[in-house]
Amino acid sequence: MKVLGISGSLRRDSYNTKLLRAAEELLPSDAKLELYRGLKAVPPYDEEDDVQPALAPVAALRQAVAEADAILIATPEYNASIPGQLKNALDWVSRPIATNTMRNKPVAVVGASTGAFGAVWAQAELRKVLATIGARVVEGDVAVGHAPTRFDEEGHLVDDDLREQLAEVVDALLVETGARRLVAA
Amino acid sequence: MSITTDTRQSLPVGTWALDPVHSTIGFEVDYLAGAFRGQFREVSARLDAGDETPVLTGSAKVASVDVKDENLAAHLQSPDFFDVERYPELSFESSDIERDEDRITVRGGITIKGVERPVELTGTIADPITDPYGRERIGLKLETTVDRTEFGVKWNVPLPDGKPALADEVKLVADLYFLQEA
Repeated sequence: MKVLGISGSLRRDSYNTKLLRAAEELLPSDAKLELYRGLKAVPPYDEEDDVQPALAPVAALRQAVAEADAILIATPEYNASIPGQLKNALDWVSRPIATNTMRNKPVAVVGASTGAFGAVWAQAELRKVLATIGARVVEGDVAVGHAPTRFDEEGHLVDDDLREQLAEVVDALLVETGARRLVAA
Repeated sequence: MSITTDTRQSLPVGTWALDPVHSTIGFEVDYLAGAFRGQFREVSARLDAGDETPVLTGSAKVASVDVKDENLAAHLQSPDFFDVERYPELSFESSDIERDEDRITVRGGITIKGVERPVELTGTIADPITDPYGRERIGLKLETTVDRTEFGVKWNVPLPDGKPALADEVKLVADLYFLQEA
């Protein structure tokens, strides 16, 4: 089983990327987290560029989504909302609207921020966007506030409560994926 | 149950198969400042009115939802609404049918998004006529109102005044043309 991890932060030492790594450690042995590394290369959405064949970074993104059994997005919060580059990437994924590769895809959202609230607004807006695109949005959230204090120098999530919450979200995501397979069979 | 000869109080005896071309199963829901309507293009239904308790069954394919925009159709099929991947059909099966003159009441269970709820459909029945091709036909017009949130169809968006854009109550309307099976 392949879980595509998308970090909404481009920064090399991103707390959200670390959060995805923490989720990776919680996956069962038959599941693998593949970190999406193409976010920075996705161009700004322009309908005139939304052609077939798609631009290479867009095609790669859509394919990565299509090939994943589930998606885990970790997002920071920029000015009380979704980081622009992440939203822009989802806008590309959403096209064509009726048949986009995110449709029915199990997706969970978590988030980390340096502030107190752990990107809860960005997470809520992201869930709204994903549901509109047609994703199967998993309930449950993890809000890592004061992120610099929650990870050690090696990047491990050191807060037990947050690790437990993250495990619950990862479990819920895997359950959705299993159910999806069951129905498809 | 004994078969009465009083056709004004009983159902036309026979097995009645749906004429899907002329039949409609649709919905109507208040949205923003008006009533929004849609229908399902692929529907099936059957009325068995023989010696036993008459039974009306029907279903509609979620993937055939017919609205004027393909993107809206896709949204209606997504987990936000009917979730076609997991629940490809809506279905109904009657438990009890009562007729009084041309009025008809059909009680039974309706299943939407995998959730079954009891429901009462009311409407009219048209007695058998012979069509130009010599086939016996009857017609049923039925409707009911359900609370979509009871079936897990909960999508909404708030208006600036805080009220929801989409009503919870949805009217379901079926215009069913039946042909008697040979």
